[in-house]
Amino acid sequence: MSGEVKHEWPLFEVFVRAKRGLNHVHVGSLRAADHEMALHHARDLYTRRNEGVSIWVVRSDDVVASGPDDKDAFFAPSGDKVYRHPTHYAIPDSVPHI
Amino acid sequence: MNEQAFTATIDKDQRIEPRDWMPDGYRKTMIRQIAQHAHSEIIGMQPEGAWITRAPSLRRKAILLAKVQDEAGHGLYLYSAAETLGADRGDLTRRLIEGRQKYSSIFNYPTLTFADVGVIGWLVDGAAICNQVPLCRSSFGPYARAMIRICKEESFHQRQGYELLMTMMRGTEAQRAMVQDAVDRWWWPSLMMFGPPDAESPNTAQSMAWKIKRHTNDELRQRFVDMSVPQAEALGVTLPDPDLRWNAEREHHDFGEIDWSELKRVISGDGPMNAERLANRRRADEDGAWVREAAAAHAAKRREATARERQEVPA
Amino acid sequence: MSFDDAYQALTDHDDDARWAYGTGFADPLAGVPTALPDGVDGADLAAYCLMLGDDALILSHRLQQWVTRAPELEDEMAIANIGLDLLGQARLLLTRAGEAEGAGRGEDDLAYLRDAPDFRHVRLVEREDPDFGHLIARLLVFSTWRLALLDRLATSRDPVLAAIGAKGVKEVTYHREYAAGWTVRLGDGTDLSHRRMQDAIDAVWPLTGEFFAPHDVELRLATAGVAVEPASLRSEFDAVLTEVLHVATLDQPAPVTVGRTGRDGEHGDELAAILAEMQELARATPGGVW
Repeated sequence: MSGEVKHEWPLFEVFVRAKRGLNHVHVGSLRAADHEMALHHARDLYTRRNEGVSIWVVRSDDVVASGPDDKDAFFAPSGDKVYRHPTHYAIPDSVPHI
Repeated sequence: MNEQAFTATIDKDQRIEPRDWMPDGYRKTMIRQIAQHAHSEIIGMQPEGAWITRAPSLRRKAILLAKVQDEAGHGLYLYSAAETLGADRGDLTRRLIEGRQKYSSIFNYPTLTFADVGVIGWLVDGAAICNQVPLCRSSFGPYARAMIRICKEESFHQRQGYELLMTMMRGTEAQRAMVQDAVDRWWWPSLMMFGPPDAESPNTAQSMAWKIKRHTNDELRQRFVDMSVPQAEALGVTLPDPDLRWNAEREHHDFGEIDWSELKRVISGDGPMNAERLANRRRADEDGAWVREAAAAHAAKRREATARERQEVPA
Repeated sequence: MSFDDAYQALTDHDDDARWAYGTGFADPLAGVPTALPDGVDGADLAAYCLMLGDDALILSHRLQQWVTRAPELEDEMAIANIGLDLLGQARLLLTRAGEAEGAGRGEDDLAYLRDAPDFRHVRLVEREDPDFGHLIARLLVFSTWRLALLDRLATSRDPVLAAIGAKGVKEVTYHREYAAGWTVRLGDGTDLSHRRMQDAIDAVWPLTGEFFAPHDVELRLATAGVAVEPASLRSEFDAVLTEVLHVATLDQPAPVTVGRTGRDGEHGDELAAILAEMQELARATPGGVW
């Protein structure tokens, strides 16, 4: 037999919201024949210790990603927008809760 | 990204991610390392899985079932990490059942009594944790992240094993004898889990440079021995090594010579259970083929039906 | 977690709530009074709890036998999950049976030290699964029936049974969904899977008659507001099965009626093999502690 045997089911990426108020976070992938099955499997695999309140599944081949070599074009322009970062603003230590 | 950037990333102790440039050797080594680890989790379900239906209390049954299920989960986290490198799980499974990829030799030993369930948790999972905790800092991001999750869950595995043994040691004379017998059979194979001695481990230097291995085999083995000795004392069992003693000068325990010929024999397929473990995995894969095909066929039908509906609805 | 000190990684366990069993999880019976409700016969309640508990215990055993044999690793996870849920239900119900009986027997005494004629499960759960289609067919009919039952049990006058019912509804809803999903995929998959799924439905169907055959204990306790009257579950069962089998392009077999049932202690040879496996070690180690 050759090393060319491919898995019968497509790959899905799984995103879990750990609790209300947080973003969905990528946790890994799994194999499933369809979206319903992928959701079921994601529940069994990635939330069996009560880790999640909500799950997204996306077919891996539907994900469009920036390439690592695009890093400069994509992300460098915002690197100088220092005002987007909270540490840009000097606030005296005497001001509480900020 | 290029070789220079790759090396710089490793030097800065940052993670390599799947779409980064990486040397072919790094990619191949990572796929092999992660796949072997995944295979070990899946084959490792069998020795303990054999005791779920026979567990002597309902509480132990629930714990064991949850544990073996975790191992399937760990296998899946790891196959998922391997797939980020372009490997395909169907292909990796084929390599396993055709004997072209290895799994941990420890799972080729039989589980003769229920005490083996406890000793596997204590010693085998304990050794696995020693091996795996440093891998949470592996330079390959998806593997490191999978290992963090796995190590968290493994600590439940080790604790349940040790607790079972403590309970059995408080039981009947026959139970205590069962525990000691299991320790006698599993101690040396557990030490072999760390691999051949450093002098005979040719890939170690490259793996350390790539930061996909953080400590040498002998360092980890020594750490495991040092951890296990006081645990054995607390349990009231004897580790089957007459040469085992504290060396105040080294501040480590000395221990006896490992029978490396046995490890070679088991790795090369001649262990007590090699054939049966692979046959079971192959049977599950073959028996499930019609099910996987049916699900794929059904999904294809549904996609066609959806596409037809869209065509029929005027835009 | 400390990365280099394996010892510390083991003792770093202040987040026990993450573990799949034991500490940190909500006790489904916390604060639930365990005294028997007024006017309820302890022997009847014990017998009823054994019926529902044995259903879960024996089916869980059959699911445990699938571990390491599932068609895909993701299904390995799902089957183990369902087996764990049912085992959890069995433990609560056997414990309640022991309390109601009042003879000092606990869950393990009841699971490990009873002989075959003392088991009270429906015979459906004993069968060995010749293939994955049979596992799915049985799980579909069982979980459809049990979900309807647990849903009604949640309003039982026995607070313990009510709590067990409320907890079980969440679990079995998922079991039914899993089984229905696979019934449709196999029924409407390939020619081979369609044939196998139809065979499996035909094989388990005659055993569903027992679901609705009333036993005296069930009738007495239903009148007392404690148990669910079996016949009352039929319409929901039929409606769900008709819908799922239709979508799965499978034929629904004709209804069946039965005589004496597993509820009377009537069992097949397969139970002897199950008990031999399940009870062997516990019985071979008198005085053992686990």
